[in-house]
Amino acid sequence: MNREPSPPLTLRSATSLVTLLIASVLFLAPIVWMMATSWKPEAQAASETIRLFADPVADTPAAAKENYSAVWNDVTIRFPIYLRNTLIVALLSVVGMVLSSAVVAYGFARVQWRGRSALFTLVLATMMIPFPVLMTPLFVLFAKIGWIGTLRPLWVPAWFGAAFNIFLLRQFYMGIPRELDEAARIDGCSHWGIFWRIILPLSRPALAVVALFHFMYVWNDFLAPMVFVQHQDMFTLALGLQLYQSKAGNTPWNLLMAASTMVMAPVLLLFMATQRTFVKGLTGGASKE
Amino acid sequence: MKFRMKDEFVGLTWVSPWIVGFLAFLLIPAGMSLYFSFTDYPLLESPVWVGLGNYKRLLSDEVFHKALVNTFIYAGAAIPLSVLLAVVLAALLNTKGLRWTRFFEAAIFMPTLAPLVASSMVWMWILNGRFGLLNQFLGLLHISGPNWLLREGWAMAALVIVALWGVGQAVILCVAALKEVPEQLYEAANLDGMGPVRQFINVTLPMISPVILFNTITMLIGAFQVFVVPYVLFQKDKGGPNKSGYFYTSYLYDNAFVYGQMGYASALAWVQLLIILLLTGLLFLASRRLVFYRGA
Repeated sequence: MNREPSPPLTLRSATSLVTLLIASVLFLAPIVWMMATSWKPEAQAASETIRLFADPVADTPAAAKENYSAVWNDVTIRFPIYLRNTLIVALLSVVGMVLSSAVVAYGFARVQWRGRSALFTLVLATMMIPFPVLMTPLFVLFAKIGWIGTLRPLWVPAWFGAAFNIFLLRQFYMGIPRELDEAARIDGCSHWGIFWRIILPLSRPALAVVALFHFMYVWNDFLAPMVFVQHQDMFTLALGLQLYQSKAGNTPWNLLMAASTMVMAPVLLLFMATQRTFVKGLTGGASKE
Repeated sequence: MKFRMKDEFVGLTWVSPWIVGFLAFLLIPAGMSLYFSFTDYPLLESPVWVGLGNYKRLLSDEVFHKALVNTFIYAGAAIPLSVLLAVVLAALLNTKGLRWTRFFEAAIFMPTLAPLVASSMVWMWILNGRFGLLNQFLGLLHISGPNWLLREGWAMAALVIVALWGVGQAVILCVAALKEVPEQLYEAANLDGMGPVRQFINVTLPMISPVILFNTITMLIGAFQVFVVPYVLFQKDKGGPNKSGYFYTSYLYDNAFVYGQMGYASALAWVQLLIILLLTGLLFLASRRLVFYRGA
């Protein structure tokens, strides 16, 4: 991007600017408030005045350190283990999701065959089926093969692709010039060769988007882990956080907010680092023909 | 071309991972669920055929009716407000000559990324009647805020507020659609002497109507699945004041995994799917008059 000088503010853009500033404050307030509460001492967490920092302000770092280490080192709710589980699921399912969706998308974008568009419509139609509709039979199925209480139900299905990601990658492949395939084919490349040597390397940005989206999905997912993972040792962070809140009953707010911040911060930082790629990926599928 | 002969075989091989996953994790489970829905199936025993028994029971189940009505009220309030808010925010973000757009986009979008359990807990704290940020803020304006999570009507209002907070994705899609509207259309509208409001109604809205439809359908599917936020917010009093925070998926979950009634839960699941398909179909029908597709 080349840097352009900021255009002059007109009355209209100034009005939009002010409105959006107010809106941003409202949208960010819950997140800011969460962090603010997480670095206050317990006695000040619930107070009837709005304050961002501990009183006196100099106490803030010490209170923050105390709260976060209290959460991290809790004896019954073991966040380090939940973090490990979440990372295992995230790694296994992100790799599986990217690979399988990339392969399947190739079949829909670059191989000509009868029934292709009908099957692709079916792929898209599966996006309409909500998870709650399937969770009961999936539980029965996973129970029959002994997967309940393991992490497998959370990552194995990712190795079979997902409609949205297949769609996203197919759109991206369609934008890669076909002449490249033809040239490779003349050089004696098979479909696999074309996929591996041409399509995959050129699709890195789109693959990154799929990885990013799926990582966020795994990190945030709550219902599937709650249904399929029943051993506390196998909990993911989202589940552990809920347990932390419900078990202790009277857990002080400052600790609850410190725990929430810990679970929320990684995805928010990841988003800030990848905002442009992320937004492009979100709208990319829609804006290309 | 040398691939011609076995094209079908080659194509199916490439998409076979999806086909296997579709069978194993969607079609077969869906078939099982259809069968279970005609049985009495306590988790630890074998299913026993009861015909339409579960579906008949739905007709007279008052908890089901309450959960269904709540879900419709929630969807009926949250969807139109979210769709509207998304268009307004997107139009603001698309103002010519605006600065700091990347910051605004991030601020509006970030809430949708936060894990729902974490953000629900934050909202529980914000909606706290005495110490919550919302009522403290209202206090500054000399309004005495209600005890959001403990009063029947306010509990639903609170859930709608949380839903509006998560409008970011719809906003991003609307912004992308607004950027695609050809500049000539506005020039022509200017020549016709249209003011900004009429331009918005006669040019902008029709041009972005496919995205508005898309947002509405996504939100519809989402609203009928609402689970985590009420689950966390109303955990202590099981579904909120007078069950006003108890929704379709909450009841489905409880039947399957708390009461161990897999058969009844499966009937609930199928009815849920039918409701979603029916409403989506109706939206598509209604949209034929309202949505404008370029090139159509």
